Amino acid sequence: MVAHLLSLKWRLLLNGFRRSPAQLVGIAIGGLYALGVVVTLVVTLVALRWADAETAHTAVVLGGAAAIVAWAVVPLMASAADMTLDPSRFTTSTVPMRQLLTGLALAGFIGLPGLSTVIVALFTAATWWRSVPAVLGALLGAVLGMLSCVVLSKVITTATAGLAASRRFKDVSSIVVFVPLVLMGPIVAGVFRGVSGSTGYLPELARMVSWTPLGASWSLGGDLASGDVAAAGLKALIALATLLVLFAAWNALLKRALVTPPYSGGSGKRGGKLGLFGLLPATPTGAVAARSLSYWIRDPRYAASLIVVPLLPVIFLFQSGQSGSYSMLVILGPIAAFILAWSIAADVSYDNTAFALHLATGVRGIHDRLGRALACLAFALPVVVIFAVGPFFLTRDWNWLPGVLGLSLGVLFSGLGLASIVSARYTSNVPLPGDSPFKKPPGNVAQTLAVQFGGMAVLFLLVLPELVLVIVQSVTGDPLWGWINLAIGTVLGVALFVAGVRIGGRWLDRRGPELFAQLSVNR
Amino acid sequence: MTVQLPGSPLNSPVPALALRGLAKRFGGKIAVDGISLDVPAGSFYGVVGPNGAGKTTTLSMATGLLRPDFGTAHVHGVDVWAKPLEAKKLMGILPDGVRLFDRLTGEQLVTYAGLLRGMDRDVVAHRVGELMAALDVSGDAGTLVVDYSAGMTKKIALASALIHAPRLLVLDEPFESVDPVSAANIRGILDNYVASGGTVIVSSHVMDLVQRMCDHVAVVAAGRVLAAGTVDEVRDGASLEDRFVQLVGRGNQTGGLEWLRTF
Repeated sequence: MVAHLLSLKWRLLLNGFRRSPAQLVGIAIGGLYALGVVVTLVVTLVALRWADAETAHTAVVLGGAAAIVAWAVVPLMASAADMTLDPSRFTTSTVPMRQLLTGLALAGFIGLPGLSTVIVALFTAATWWRSVPAVLGALLGAVLGMLSCVVLSKVITTATAGLAASRRFKDVSSIVVFVPLVLMGPIVAGVFRGVSGSTGYLPELARMVSWTPLGASWSLGGDLASGDVAAAGLKALIALATLLVLFAAWNALLKRALVTPPYSGGSGKRGGKLGLFGLLPATPTGAVAARSLSYWIRDPRYAASLIVVPLLPVIFLFQSGQSGSYSMLVILGPIAAFILAWSIAADVSYDNTAFALHLATGVRGIHDRLGRALACLAFALPVVVIFAVGPFFLTRDWNWLPGVLGLSLGVLFSGLGLASIVSARYTSNVPLPGDSPFKKPPGNVAQTLAVQFGGMAVLFLLVLPELVLVIVQSVTGDPLWGWINLAIGTVLGVALFVAGVRIGGRWLDRRGPELFAQLSVNR
Repeated sequence: MTVQLPGSPLNSPVPALALRGLAKRFGGKIAVDGISLDVPAGSFYGVVGPNGAGKTTTLSMATGLLRPDFGTAHVHGVDVWAKPLEAKKLMGILPDGVRLFDRLTGEQLVTYAGLLRGMDRDVVAHRVGELMAALDVSGDAGTLVVDYSAGMTKKIALASALIHAPRLLVLDEPFESVDPVSAANIRGILDNYVASGGTVIVSSHVMDLVQRMCDHVAVVAAGRVLAAGTVDEVRDGASLEDRFVQLVGRGNQTGGLEWLRTF
């Protein structure tokens, strides 16, 4: 049965390649990247063979601990949770729990991250190629360590998937998780400043971590190399116990997840409240705008893409607090403008096949485009203006205000125009409706990346006039250029916005069915 | 059994839906292999066929959701692919297997469908109220569609297709996961609609339902029309189900599986 699960995973991986050549390209790029990282790490590990024992121990333990943390966090953060072997799909096939767990754990190694971890972990044996017990210890540690990586990641994904009892709870929690992730930069920076303050901190930290579940398994080789058999024995027990506890936790979570049916809605609510549909004009454009705004509020996938915006000032204020200068704060406006404008570049992809309604009702492309863009603009414009003006109350360098405002508005309007074209023509790989904002379906990664980065490059070109004016102002120091920028940014931005909505609308009219066919691939 | 040939209208000068040589290929697989069909105005037309016969693909091409590789579709004489906006005004569509904007309440979703078609706010509000009552979902009008049961979701999708009083209704699997009471309810609504001159096309693989409900039927298998005409013509004295099995031709494969009797 374990073998069956492994071959199933392997088959799914291979069949994934077959769906499109573009997917193969995406995998190849990912593979090259992983190969680079793995080779670097392997060379480092081999080189550490000639380093002194303490340095090698520190590097291996901290690196290993970081790997375990990464396996726990990355699936949540990077929308990379591997759901190809979703346990809930085995509910009806009466696979014994023990075999299911073993099979799923081992299947976790099939795939780029799993394979990379295995190779790098096994090469810790090269670092401890100093005595026979050390090599054996390193190998045992590597096996325990990489199993902990995979099982911990399974525990985390199962726990977060099963955490939610209700849709609303799921909606909220899936967004809240983002907050610490977005603030990770400042947090890590703070920790690092503490670390760099005291020399010899890292070996000390490694010794400490090696007694915790995170580092115990990675420490076996080092301890045996320096002859500390007792410590190695204890740490082996810690590592083993960790793995067993993780398996038990996974077992319990999975059992609960398998028998808990999905939450079915609450009691009925009578109608009468049309919300935004009653407020906005009763035209196709107004209806599309009302629908989009309702989704910005109700759909966690949209909210998740917005959560970073209110946190931006926090990050920048932190940065300023460290550097003692508020000058960086002035780019808040343009950055917020970019994030908000670009957020509708995958709007139709978020609709998924619900887009059929737009196609069936024969709503004109320009109404569709304009409604979506205006919905975004409704909250993006005030936010961008506040973010553009706000920092000047701290910097007091008011000469720069018109230029920064011009750039911000230019980015916002041009971005919305461009995003209206992009989402009318290209689909991106986004989480499915109702799924967690983390959970992306397997799909065309290469096209998603090409569309996203290609679009951003074009946007850069579109706002080049505003950027050049900012540079001119900083060279000449003449605030007149700022006022010119404000005029150009607004006029050019609005012109590009109108052009984008029109071109996007025309494309949508012409290629609506083709776009819908692309959307139907992931559903 | 009469297979409608191109250019031979049945009994009305302008059929509600006229398909000519529709064909679609997905990769190497030919899903629809040249389907020609006339749906007379005012008929209750059933499209039956085994799974994977190309029913959904055909209806998608007929309604402007999927561009055909070959062939044309006319709705009341309007070319669906040459004048899509005009044709879509005449049609109400219930596609199968597509999502809805399910983060709207049922009432909002139907209102949205009406407003997208450029209808007046008061007319939409009035019709939404009546539709919700007629389909017996008024009690949950304010609930998000994502929290609806499968049957209620179907009913809301049907309401969205009816809101603009189309002349032709194209319903792909309208009775799937709908309970018998609601199904009878929907049938009543559709019967009235046909009686007042509208045309309904339903796809289904429940033969019994089609035999009782429809006056015309087309049997589709492997992307072709095997038989089309009035229900009595097609079934030719036998029950529609027997006739269907005979036409599709896999009736005698109940042999084997002896072990199933051994328990």
